[in-house]
Amino acid sequence: MKLDSKVPEGPLAEKWTRHKFNLKLVNPANKRKYEVIVVGTGLAGASAAATLAELGYNVKAFCFQDSPRRAHSIAAQGGINAAKNYQNDGDSVYRLFYDTIKGGDYRAREANVYRLAEVSVNIIDQCVAQGVPFAREYGGLLANRSFGGAQVSRTFYARGQTGQQLLLGAYSAMSRQIAAGKIKMYPRTEMLELVVHDGKARGIITRNLITGKIERHSAHAVLLCTGGYGNVYYLSTNAMGSNATAIWRAHKKGAFFGNPCFTQIHPTCIPVSGDHQSKLTLMSESLRNDGRVWVPKKVGDTRPPHEIPEEERDYFLERKYPSFGNLVPRDVASRNVKYVCDEGRGVGASKMAVYLDFADAIKRDGIDVIRAKYGNLFDIYEKITGEDPYKTPMRIYPAVHYTMGGLWVDYNLMTTIPGLFALGEANFSDHGANRLGASALMQGLADGYFIIPYTLGDYLATIGWNDRISTDHPAFAEAEQEVKDRIGTLLGINGKKTVDQFHKELGKIMWDYCGMSRNAEGLKGAKEKIRQLREEYWQNVRVGGTNEELNITLEKALRVADFLELGELMVDDALHREESCGGHFREEYQTPDGEALRNDEKFAYVAAWEYKGPNQPHQLHKEELIFENVKLTQRSYK
Amino acid sequence: MNFTLKVWRQKNAQSKGEFKTYHVKDISPDMSFLEMFDVLNEELLLKGEDPIAFDHDCREGICGMCSMYINGHPHGPGQTTTCQLHMRMFKDGETIVVEPWRAKPFPVIKDLVVDRSAFDRIIQAGGYISVNTGSAPDANEIPIPKEVAEAAFNAATCIGCGACVAACKNASAMLFVAAKVAHLALLPQGQPERKRRVERMVAQMDAEGFGACTNTGACAAECPKEISLANIALLNREYLAAKLTSEYV
Ligand SMILES: Cc1cc2nc3c(=O)[nH]c(=O)nc-3n(C[C@H](O)[C@H](O)[C@H](O)COP(=O)(O)OP(=O)(O)OC[C@H]3O[C@@H](n4cnc5c(N)ncnc54)[C@H](O)[C@@H]3O)c2cc1C
Ligand code: SF4
Ligand code: FES
Repeated sequence: MKLDSKVPEGPLAEKWTRHKFNLKLVNPANKRKYEVIVVGTGLAGASAAATLAELGYNVKAFCFQDSPRRAHSIAAQGGINAAKNYQNDGDSVYRLFYDTIKGGDYRAREANVYRLAEVSVNIIDQCVAQGVPFAREYGGLLANRSFGGAQVSRTFYARGQTGQQLLLGAYSAMSRQIAAGKIKMYPRTEMLELVVHDGKARGIITRNLITGKIERHSAHAVLLCTGGYGNVYYLSTNAMGSNATAIWRAHKKGAFFGNPCFTQIHPTCIPVSGDHQSKLTLMSESLRNDGRVWVPKKVGDTRPPHEIPEEERDYFLERKYPSFGNLVPRDVASRNVKYVCDEGRGVGASKMAVYLDFADAIKRDGIDVIRAKYGNLFDIYEKITGEDPYKTPMRIYPAVHYTMGGLWVDYNLMTTIPGLFALGEANFSDHGANRLGASALMQGLADGYFIIPYTLGDYLATIGWNDRISTDHPAFAEAEQEVKDRIGTLLGINGKKTVDQFHKELGKIMWDYCGMSRNAEGLKGAKEKIRQLREEYWQNVRVGGTNEELNITLEKALRVADFLELGELMVDDALHREESCGGHFREEYQTPDGEALRNDEKFAYVAAWEYKGPNQPHQLHKEELIFENVKLTQRSYK
Repeated sequence: MNFTLKVWRQKNAQSKGEFKTYHVKDISPDMSFLEMFDVLNEELLLKGEDPIAFDHDCREGICGMCSMYINGHPHGPGQTTTCQLHMRMFKDGETIVVEPWRAKPFPVIKDLVVDRSAFDRIIQAGGYISVNTGSAPDANEIPIPKEVAEAAFNAATCIGCGACVAACKNASAMLFVAAKVAHLALLPQGQPERKRRVERMVAQMDAEGFGACTNTGACAAECPKEISLANIALLNREYLAAKLTSEYV
């Protein structure tokens, strides 16, 4: 199979407009004859579901939480980018495009990224109209701030709760359509299998998390908006339930997986405090606008921070990257934090942390200004650590945060299975090898509000409303049986180790060998370790209880089973990519001063992996990336 | 640290529940309350017992999913969510009583898990601004004074956890409804549907069986997002004004 990105012809700035004109439309009266399944109600899913319902399609939406309002997007803190140029500081659609391509270390598709920047301005309009209370200036106009990796102020924010406010906006739009009968909502329902027939996506198999009932849902198209898979590392900033099951099941049914090893490790998280740790808490990177990152110059300096005089502190980001300073992109910041800790200059009890210090900002702006900007983040920090960041510097360490990889999609957001689309963090698309801060919210909403409504219409108009199968079709029966068998097997093992024990072991392998820095030898060993762990899982995991009840262990067991397969593919991908780019840092490939060394000649492509059957090696397909507008340069933030 | 836990166990919505006693040992003061439950659940699982079901997801105090009524307070001592409650808030050796939210409109599903879908239906009744995607004017076309935007934001931070209902002896949902009504009533964008919104949301709240508000203030005292009682006063004014000229409900 040949990968076709379907990028339209024409100059970059006109591609989307032309494409929209060329796409087929569904006649308004016919829209109600189509049924669309939207799995996930985060920013991507909620915005898609609401918009498609407004257009007149019948939507069925699913999420595993008790309400669509609780999707993981709710936790996003810092903000959302848009090329509004309200600040008159030189921003433009082109600059946002350029920054995103460069920030992604030239491993994203130009046309997609340009479109993202282009529709970013509409997102802000839409959200304000919904009542999203973004921060404002005294004059009543919208406020902006600059965010990691950008030299312009283009980030819109709602204190430290931007994701919450955006999601509540999309949720309210969805709620309106639920009331209107255009969306049927299935909360506490998990998709466990994709139904494919005649090469097209036809529906899904779900489990009702309260009763355990396995159900069939048929539709003309299926949209996966199920978020990222960072929890493969066990510890991450993702919500506890975030999982890969939906995309992994789709992958095994034929959807190629793009760049699985591209993982973002976020520099500013609260450090691990012990083995009991269940998740890591992000401290928004907006804090780096005012906080200064430092460690003691001396190795093994155990003095408390206020006793270390200015000249004995190393503000290492400011020192190494004078023009970007503390605002270097996430991958660069994380790696440098790792270096100083590996040198033995880390702080705190674990020595796996650096300071993020607000003393200068408080002196300069006053405590009230700092409180107004970051109050709730400081509160979170104090609640978790018991320390007051107004008085003593925060301690931070990198943590797994975001997965740039995901299902491969073409320009229309369609996967390699016709009728199956992937939106938001679940797809691989716009962030290349590293995502810039405040760009995930933008992408999720761009996909859902402004892209899928057009591209899905084209697909539906092409197939016609007759092209659908009923849930009585053998393809549904077969998929349902697969799910029941998987559940039956897991419940029957009755082994000696808990699901969490396996998950923690997998997470440790991934973090140690496929985390902030990777090398061939480690990756090869990791592959073997994951295989052994997976084998043991299917012989020795303990689940307990039955399917026909709310069974929290069974829910986890199904997700971890899929993580155990995905982890291996991530390792394969990391091993095959013999270069360093963005968040993917291969120790063998670095510049003399330790920066990522790309190999554009060999690796300027998207790695799209095809599933070939149980215990068969995946097949690699390459989508060559063609850069017609930007020149590939070594990223430099010096 | 060591604790004795008295936890409400209930197999499903139909069965009668009861308290069961558990002992947990070697708990670190840095653990969150939910992490302490993780430890207990691992033990139960290995002993062949049914782990305790509880709701949670973000563990950052923002999704509103975690619940648990702890020692007579929703989300336990202090104004926080259960996921942000740490064991250092308890005394070593203490007995801790853990129950689900108790309110008729929030039926128990299993153990500590309750059904809060009534909140979703209240939002569906009118907790939105009707604006189809694509029809919005430029975001800076309508300036909104900073104070107004901030006040709207403060109300909009409600996480829909239901602690206000669990705290109230009448199981009133006024604080939750007031937060949404205030958020949208304060903004210029919310004006066209202002009357209809408050009427419909209040009607739905009543239909769900939430109790009356007697201004005791237990809700605001327990709300993890510090939603202020002033919102309830605003809701009452909005409601009366709407009713005077009602065209809808
Ligand atoms: C702590 C934190 C802070 C962040 N801050 C920012 C920020 O400031 N700016 C920014 O741009 N980005 C930020 N991000 C990233 C951003 O929040 C996410 O990438 C984005 O919200 C993902 O949205 P989504 O719609 O793709 O998926 P999600 O919001 O993760 O939603 C996934 C949905 O899928 C459902 N689901 C998943 N699997 C299944 C299944 N098998 N069956 C049924 N339903 C399923 C879930 O129930 C949920 O509704 C942050 C991320 C984190 C973790
Ligand atoms: S008002 Fe407060 S207590 Fe009530 S649901 Fe909202 S956040 Fe929770
Ligand atoms: S788990 Fe999300 S608020 Fe507690």
